[in-house]
Amino acid sequence: MPLALTHLDRLEAEAIHIFREVAATFSNPVMLYSIGKDSSVLMHLAMKAFYPAKPPFPFLHVDTTWKFREMIAFRDRMAEHLGFDLLVHINEEGVRDGINPFDHGSNTHTHVMKTLALRQALDKYGFDAAFGGARRDEEKARAKERIFSFRSAGHGWDPKNQRPEMWKIYNTRVAPGESIRVFPLSNWTEQDIWQYILQEEIPIVPLYFAKKRPVVDRGGMTIMVDDERMRLQPGEKVEERMVRFRTLGCYPLTGAIPSAATTLEEIVGEMLTARTSERQGRLIDRDEAGSMEKKKREGYF
Amino acid sequence: MLTANNALRREDNVVDIRDYVAGQENKGLLRFLTCGSVDDGKSTLIGRLLYDTKLIFEDQLATLERDSRKHGTAGDGIDFALLVDGLEAEREQGITIDVAYRFFATPKRKFIVADTPGHEQYTRNMATGASTADLAIVLVDARQGILPQTRRHSMIASLLGIRHIVLAVNKIDLVEFDRSVFERIAGEYRDFAADLGFDTIQPVPISARHGDNIIDPSPNTPWYDGPSLIAHLETVDVDARVEDRPFRFPVQYVSRPDLDFRGFSGTVASGRVALGDEVTIAKSGRRSRVKRLVAHGGDLAEAVEGQAVTVVLEDEVELSRGNMLVGPEARPHVADQFSANLVWFDDKPLLPGRAYILRTETDEVSATVSQLKHRRNINNFAQEAATSLELNEVGHCHFSLQAPIAFDAFADNRATGAFILIDRLTNATVGAGMILRPLRRAANIHWQALDVTPQSRAAIKHQKPAVLWFTGLSGSGKSTIASLLEKKLHAAGRHTYVLDGDNVRHGLNRDLGFSDEDRVENIRRVAETAKLMADAGLIVLVSFISPFRAERRMARELINDGAFVEIFVDTPFDECARRDPKGLYAKALKGEIQNFTGVDSPYEPPERADIHIPTVGRAPEELVDDVEAWLKERGYC
Repeated sequence: MPLALTHLDRLEAEAIHIFREVAATFSNPVMLYSIGKDSSVLMHLAMKAFYPAKPPFPFLHVDTTWKFREMIAFRDRMAEHLGFDLLVHINEEGVRDGINPFDHGSNTHTHVMKTLALRQALDKYGFDAAFGGARRDEEKARAKERIFSFRSAGHGWDPKNQRPEMWKIYNTRVAPGESIRVFPLSNWTEQDIWQYILQEEIPIVPLYFAKKRPVVDRGGMTIMVDDERMRLQPGEKVEERMVRFRTLGCYPLTGAIPSAATTLEEIVGEMLTARTSERQGRLIDRDEAGSMEKKKREGYF
Repeated sequence: MLTANNALRREDNVVDIRDYVAGQENKGLLRFLTCGSVDDGKSTLIGRLLYDTKLIFEDQLATLERDSRKHGTAGDGIDFALLVDGLEAEREQGITIDVAYRFFATPKRKFIVADTPGHEQYTRNMATGASTADLAIVLVDARQGILPQTRRHSMIASLLGIRHIVLAVNKIDLVEFDRSVFERIAGEYRDFAADLGFDTIQPVPISARHGDNIIDPSPNTPWYDGPSLIAHLETVDVDARVEDRPFRFPVQYVSRPDLDFRGFSGTVASGRVALGDEVTIAKSGRRSRVKRLVAHGGDLAEAVEGQAVTVVLEDEVELSRGNMLVGPEARPHVADQFSANLVWFDDKPLLPGRAYILRTETDEVSATVSQLKHRRNINNFAQEAATSLELNEVGHCHFSLQAPIAFDAFADNRATGAFILIDRLTNATVGAGMILRPLRRAANIHWQALDVTPQSRAAIKHQKPAVLWFTGLSGSGKSTIASLLEKKLHAAGRHTYVLDGDNVRHGLNRDLGFSDEDRVENIRRVAETAKLMADAGLIVLVSFISPFRAERRMARELINDGAFVEIFVDTPFDECARRDPKGLYAKALKGEIQNFTGVDSPYEPPERADIHIPTVGRAPEELVDDVEAWLKERGYC
């Protein structure tokens, strides 16, 4: 009686295939590690793909300096526990110029501390392939992107002129300076991610679980007061509320949702009845129409 | 999700989450694409499917309503196409440029949809979506009927191995739900698709905009007794023939973390393998047994199609990326020549004889189209004679590879019978191929084991063989310099030969003209001849305009490393035209000669020639001295 592969088995196999393809054909790959749930799944798959060996590439975290403190603590714990090679890059010029989401707005902050920082890091180490955890179900521009997504020497994406991507035959050839962004989770949905985390018991940042947290309401979102840099505006008051996060980014730009889900099962249950998309919690996607595409063309993941 | 909502209200607490998840996981998955001509409503249909299966979140709906007012083409209503046309340029132009992947589920199945563009210029993006799909929804506008793009997409779907078609006759509301229109289009489609090898063709009359026959049978088409679109997608059986196929395991990556472990990682392309099974290495025919099937979290007893595993063998065997582990009984072909169908994706045409990189799932080899047998006419699928393939054209080709690869016919195995072609200079993916069969010629001509080697032939002549490749415009001075150099080398006791246009075009290449295709073939033959002469121990001086970088590069790769010396005789066009030793420029500029390099046919100067000799203001003898000095320095004379 032959085994029947489940939907998740197939997604897992596809991702592992992609990891191995990159390791076999690129000279200097890196995995972008953003600490969120998709990164946790991506890391888990990387471990599986090369077992019993360790993944033959380093993990890079581009730190905007505005991540939740619990994210940084989790990152360092995982690096120590799994023993992977962790690189952390901060745009020091941005820090020197005091770039922050409050004074400069989410657009400038994201561009300087994330997009530019990422480009700096990729250039500094000369990476020719970079894994990211983006999924096609997240956003319209992402739905259009190839699994192996070509980037020019300036890290630009040309959405109108993507390489055809036939079957599982990936064109991994690049000229010096050019690179490929690789998305092993392209065909996963948010539901698949949670079901896989549940099935594989993958550790995730505690911020995904509901807990009493200090929050304020701002611009239609619920923002957590994660450290003393959070400046209150007139009329705002900090309240302790039972909340969790569906997606994680910079704390001043990431909205919490009211929730009582404190276990993985409860999160999955909540997710199954959700009526809004996860990226609704991301301020940066709502700045303007086509905002994600524009960021991606500039080199954002 | 609709069901998830109903069955899983948290307050009801009716279903245990883990049970529910397990149930989800046992659902089948159908990957399909929507295709057809521009404005037939592909994106609108997908938007409708997502909407009707409650897969559109509230914030997305809000964005959609906002965008519909800004860009929409549906009047006051929601323009569902804006859900999938995700690129700014697409929304502005109201067209689909690239394929978008969307995900939805019903209680019976999970679906991944590729929404593909209808414009002919984006056919390669349609092919991208089709390559991973099992079923195609071909949309036809009821008012327009079957259009050339309907035929092209159906043919490409068929070539790419899709065996199931839904013919969605859309905008049926705009023809007053007229049964005869539907039946005429369905009949016409069946007629022309008869030769395309589809297992099922299901025509459905729909209105993507209003939802007729999408989820439920529409009261507007009482005469239609077939399934609704979703009902058909939920039940159509696309899994035929996948069981019991021969074992194929293309090796992707060799895992060697330490001296005690050597595993071969890859994805099972077909069939199954179990612990202890005998397996054969495709290219060498050597046999071994499966010692372990390694996976994170514990070894496996068996692995099946689609599974990514790491195989450890009993024996120390020669095996690396590009090779395949296969069942010992039904083995794949191993050959360096085969015939295949080819879809061309590039703005620059396919040139038979030009070297491209051919890539299978894990193997990569230099390849040329040795013969373009015919092109397929997309309207009547007739075979037509052709000398090249233009963008979006489909042809039947013979391929010749620099080294043998292991493969199956595409009809037997989509994973091991497909390849892409990559341009050597731009790295662009320029074509996709589906292998038909090996060409037996290759198997019968075995290389003779040679005792007298190129080295021994060179040694007896006391010289270092070389191919000195002079390139430059007509009249630049290539032949003058080559012939002066040959005299000097000859005087020094070297064994030489000059190949130039005159002695080759009048004999070996007398059948070739000056079109791009013929220029490529001309250079290929000259390069092969020069290679044989260099193997014989000679210093070969090749004096050819050789205008294209790609062919000069092909010659360099063909001829042994280090023996190829590219010499750019750099004389500007105006100077060549002024010298005009054969009176050819005068004629070409008057339009009496066609395809003349520098006039109406391009010359691509070398980017990094080994020797670069600007000629203006210098005597030929000085130039020859320069070349000779370069050669002396490197031990050629």
